[in-house]
Amino acid sequence: MSDLRLAVLQVWYTNKAFRRNPASAFFTLVFPLMFLVIFSVLFGNNPIEVAKGVTVQVATFYVPAIAAFSVINACFTNIAMALSYARDAGVLKRTRGSPLPAWAFLFGRIVHSVLIALLLVAICCAFGAIFYHATLPTRTLPAFVLTLVVGAAAFSALGMAMTAAIPNADAAPAVVNASILPLLFISNVFIPLQNPPAWLDFVSKAFPVRHFADALVGSFFTLSGSGLQGTDVLIVGAWGLAGLLISLRFFSWEPRI
Amino acid sequence: MSPAAIEIRGLRKSYGAVEAVRGIDLTVSEGEVFGLLGPNGAGKTTTVEIVEGFRRRDAGSVSVLGFDPASGDRRLKKQVGIVLQSTGMDPYLTVAETIDMFRAYYPAPRPRDEVLELVGLTEKRDATVTKLSGGQHRRLDVAIALAGDPRLLFLDEPTTGFDPGARRGAWEVIKNLAGLGKTIFLTSHAMDEVEYLADRVAIIAAGRIVAEGSPSTLAGREKATTVIKFQLPALGPELPEQLRQGARIEGASVEVTTTDPTRILYELTNWAVQAQLSLEGLEVARPSLEDVYLSITRDASADGAEK
Repeated sequence: MSDLRLAVLQVWYTNKAFRRNPASAFFTLVFPLMFLVIFSVLFGNNPIEVAKGVTVQVATFYVPAIAAFSVINACFTNIAMALSYARDAGVLKRTRGSPLPAWAFLFGRIVHSVLIALLLVAICCAFGAIFYHATLPTRTLPAFVLTLVVGAAAFSALGMAMTAAIPNADAAPAVVNASILPLLFISNVFIPLQNPPAWLDFVSKAFPVRHFADALVGSFFTLSGSGLQGTDVLIVGAWGLAGLLISLRFFSWEPRI
Repeated sequence: MSPAAIEIRGLRKSYGAVEAVRGIDLTVSEGEVFGLLGPNGAGKTTTVEIVEGFRRRDAGSVSVLGFDPASGDRRLKKQVGIVLQSTGMDPYLTVAETIDMFRAYYPAPRPRDEVLELVGLTEKRDATVTKLSGGQHRRLDVAIALAGDPRLLFLDEPTTGFDPGARRGAWEVIKNLAGLGKTIFLTSHAMDEVEYLADRVAIIAAGRIVAEGSPSTLAGREKATTVIKFQLPALGPELPEQLRQGARIEGASVEVTTTDPTRILYELTNWAVQAQLSLEGLEVARPSLEDVYLSITRDASADGAEK
């Protein structure tokens, strides 16, 4: 069997296992929606006039922010945790001893996470449009999709790199949450930054979450242009590349003692 | 002599200041069942994992089926099956799916039903891994290693946690594989297992091979002293003079240690029959593989500690 077919087969088996754990699958899918509902309730969903004669619901900004959260959750958090567990359980070591190419195994996990992320984003958009009358992208759709794909790839690579900082599976949730939750709060994802202190603004711009969220929001709705936030997307891509390089150097197939 | 499946020369490996493997030479012939024994911390796992390709060596040469395992060459991995001590699998896939997934990695896999049959998991084929008992899980480990129909099989304590029946079953599987001409590299703490399965064994202690041979002749076991034990009736005649030499008598029980059991037994039974005595609890014991192993590893670690 060709290596590419083996890699695709890994996606298939990963998905099979994912569906066999319905509780996990269900909450993976509704988790971002819960945030969309909570923030809409907390901060309201009023119509705002963004330009003369153009009015959109505030949800038009929540939906892409929660889409960013969905991608980060499905790719970064999920991959970092799942690979740490697989590493401690010896799944990675067994795979290493088999003729399956390493990239094909990781491809299976990452592509599955990216597909889940895209499904989550679609669910968020549909939910936001139906219940909160969010305006969905049309003209800027290519920019939105491109940003999603770059973000999903970058955060997957960062999730893989993160495993190098996770000593064991028990520590995985603590390490992953401590690294990502603060960033989600200071990066225009959960709450928009309004006149933040300069240092906080600096910190948030130093990490990829803010650039990703800003790029998604910018490509979801804009008055003119393609909506592509070139600089932000490039910065997210650069972080992804750094994540890939760290993974290539430090990724471990055996439990770290 | 058949060609070597595994050839190790001058293998060395240190972890920091600790020298785990201090120059090992080993040859495993194609088609042989080879057992590697040694206490925990003797360098056994390090050696096996270098041969399996999981660890890098510091010095020496290792050739497995003509490949250097450190290269991670897939042509080698396609001919090898590995059963490690603790490796997981996806808990939500079924037994059949797990075996099929691994079969897909190999150019000429063994038919799935045959693999299931070999390890006795046919009835569990549609159960997810979460539903398996410890012993069944271990059998699935073996099944995965057999999926690619390997030429060379590594088994690291393959029957730990098996009940006696399952253990016998696993031994038969291994015997059958050996019968098909597979080379098997076995590590185990169970001496009866090694004695039953291995054609040849080596004992590793303090990073060195300290004994090598067939299980029945290891370290001169076949020439070692034999112990003859029996009980003397309370009101019987005295033991003849030539038997009393080298005998330890404690009340009624007698223990004769000898390098010439044939002659001693002849004299003993001849005397007993003539005197119309029945020797209760007559027992002839050669040192077990375990006795040999314990005495060798004790000596070796004492030597190692002196250095």
